Amino acid sequence: MNEQLLEVEDLEVSFSTEDGLLRAVSGVSFTVSRGEAVAIVGESGSGKSVTVMTLMGLTRSPNSRFAGSARLHGEDLISASEDKLEAIRGKDIAMIFQDPISALSPVQRVGAQIVEQIRAHEKISKAEALERAIDLMGRVGIPNARERARAYPHEFSGGMRQRVMIAMALSLSPSVLIADEPTTALDVTIQAQILDEIRQLSAESNNGVIFVTHDLGVVADIADRVLVMYAGRLVEQGTVDEIFYDPQHPYTWGLLGSVTRVDRDPPRRLAAIPGQPPSLVGMPEGCPFQPRCPHAFDRCRELPPLAPRLPDADHLDRCWLKPDDKRALREIGGRIGLIEGAAS
Amino acid sequence: MTENDTIVAGPRADGQQPLLQAEHLKLLFPVKSGALIGRRIGSVHAVDDVSLSLAEGQTLGIVGESGCGKSTLARCLVRLLEPTDGTLRFHDADITHLGRRSLQPFRREVQFVFQDPVSSLNPRKRVGQIVSTPMRLHGMKRGDATSRVRELLQRVGLNPEHINRFPHEFSGGQRQRIGVARALATNPRLIVLDEPVSALDVSIQAQVINLLDDLQDEFGLSYVFIAHGLSVVRHFSDQIAVMYLGKFMEVSPAAELYSKPIHPYTEALLSAMPLPDPRENRVRERRVIGGEPPNPIQPPPGCRFHTRCPRATDICQEVEPPLAEYAGGHLAACHHPLNVDSTEISAAARSPLSPLSAGELMPGGREGAASGTQLPGVSRATAGPSDAPDGQDGAG
Repeated sequence: MNEQLLEVEDLEVSFSTEDGLLRAVSGVSFTVSRGEAVAIVGESGSGKSVTVMTLMGLTRSPNSRFAGSARLHGEDLISASEDKLEAIRGKDIAMIFQDPISALSPVQRVGAQIVEQIRAHEKISKAEALERAIDLMGRVGIPNARERARAYPHEFSGGMRQRVMIAMALSLSPSVLIADEPTTALDVTIQAQILDEIRQLSAESNNGVIFVTHDLGVVADIADRVLVMYAGRLVEQGTVDEIFYDPQHPYTWGLLGSVTRVDRDPPRRLAAIPGQPPSLVGMPEGCPFQPRCPHAFDRCRELPPLAPRLPDADHLDRCWLKPDDKRALREIGGRIGLIEGAAS
Repeated sequence: MTENDTIVAGPRADGQQPLLQAEHLKLLFPVKSGALIGRRIGSVHAVDDVSLSLAEGQTLGIVGESGCGKSTLARCLVRLLEPTDGTLRFHDADITHLGRRSLQPFRREVQFVFQDPVSSLNPRKRVGQIVSTPMRLHGMKRGDATSRVRELLQRVGLNPEHINRFPHEFSGGQRQRIGVARALATNPRLIVLDEPVSALDVSIQAQVINLLDDLQDEFGLSYVFIAHGLSVVRHFSDQIAVMYLGKFMEVSPAAELYSKPIHPYTEALLSAMPLPDPRENRVRERRVIGGEPPNPIQPPPGCRFHTRCPRATDICQEVEPPLAEYAGGHLAACHHPLNVDSTEISAAARSPLSPLSAGELMPGGREGAASGTQLPGVSRATAGPSDAPDGQDGAG
């Protein structure tokens, strides 16, 4: 068994808002091991970004409440003091953001920004740190790194800016790298380059990667394990093959059925998920997906636990249906889907 | 223009009149120097000699990376922008330079759905006003308009009771439905959709895609569908045009896009795209192309893709390849086409959709049109991949 780097247990994040208590993340538990890429998938408002931002301590504010723990090398990130967190963040756990133009300072040269990050954690000279920054920029595929280190973020293209973010995130060889939709804003050829870069660099450093995305293509490409989130809860968790070829939760079926494919003749209609995601304020009891689920029955008023329901103990799901029934229910016109010809 | 000069697009089986035709459409944005007295120092070749033809009830998909000019082309096609050069025909009437008033009938028949459902709806107007404005502009009475708005809201899957709500009271997917309802308001023949689902979540995306599919069947609409995601375009389109730096690189029947890409750029796009299928991803061979698109102010000479193309040779830097028409109305502008054998290459004809600036040299070293004149300095021998300079022919 690989060494476990990060262990998240029963993480709860809620925010008090004018409308009431908003439960962004409820009872989320997962682990990340060395050399593993874990993808968190879900739609807007599913709590995937809040989960990883909480790991980085970025959701701390007067109106937020936390419960549960997230241990990185035995150190709890949720209850850690600001000072402690400052020392860990960037060094042991680092993050690549979706939008590099707003994540980088517009008034500082990119080299200086990477140097600042290195010198915040290590006592080395500016010149040494700059050498390291230039080396990193070269490794993530920025041509003329020495010259480009003196440029400002606006002088870079979107793809190159994302490379600067990656160089910065990797500058202290963190054991866990979080990538929050790192390629969503990029074109597909640039996306392929960046994904290759992340894959290669994390294989070299053998760290754990958490990949937050809503793009199932990216998930299939890069992930070893997949967590599916819906309305702040994990609804399914398994290896990438289990999730794509033997999905157990109706929401996962819905996601897979909603995807358009370039390599197949299109189905006459996509098996879309009917309805809208629920509001996270004042959520009803029971399975959060129940209102949109065509297969819901009386028992769904009670929240199913996230548990293994198949012989394979690592494949967990949160649905009361029997695995045998699911196999029949999820087949829609030769593909996996939730419902045929869902109401538009 | 006489009948014979008019471009007749290959990929139409039936003999009916095309709904929309663009001939050598060009749109250049001036680049000016200085702040006050702008001296024109160049231009951005946003759309550079693009020809297309769309038949009634058909969907043309246009894909490409950001900055390739696809959105500009879309805006040109509905005359939100006036083309610098070329001709635009709707129902065979020339509308390229018509004024505001004379465009009125055209505006009724052609509508637009924007990418961003937040900024394309006026936040201070109620849904009823937003959807009824196009009808009122085209002379419908207030009372009739209101009942039609209710009908339309119902049709796009919104509650007609919400007619008095403001856009911010709806979710992203619902707002996009409002945009679709507004586009339907004038009973158009053609709707140009500029990335209509890119801003939406997957499950909501699928709902809107199904809605657009249904509406097309129900009202016999034609679509021009712009997106950067190939899979969404593949779902909708009958034909797919792949655009790069202002030009069409390939126009493929949808079914052949994935199985038979002819242009290396199309292959690069497909190869870069991860499939939502882990096993497939592991087995398929993927070639990630390096680099980024060049500056559209000074596009590279010859084939625009040659700076990033793994198959590029000398000729690609010198002669712009014409669009060659292969079997099944599959067009591609490349000197070194993929996935076609020598018989297919020799059977290919120069397409009338080719840019005017393109050379006469067809793949395989033949000259395209009978009227063709050989460009100075280009001999046939340079066309073969075997003459590639060092290191450039590796993947070819």
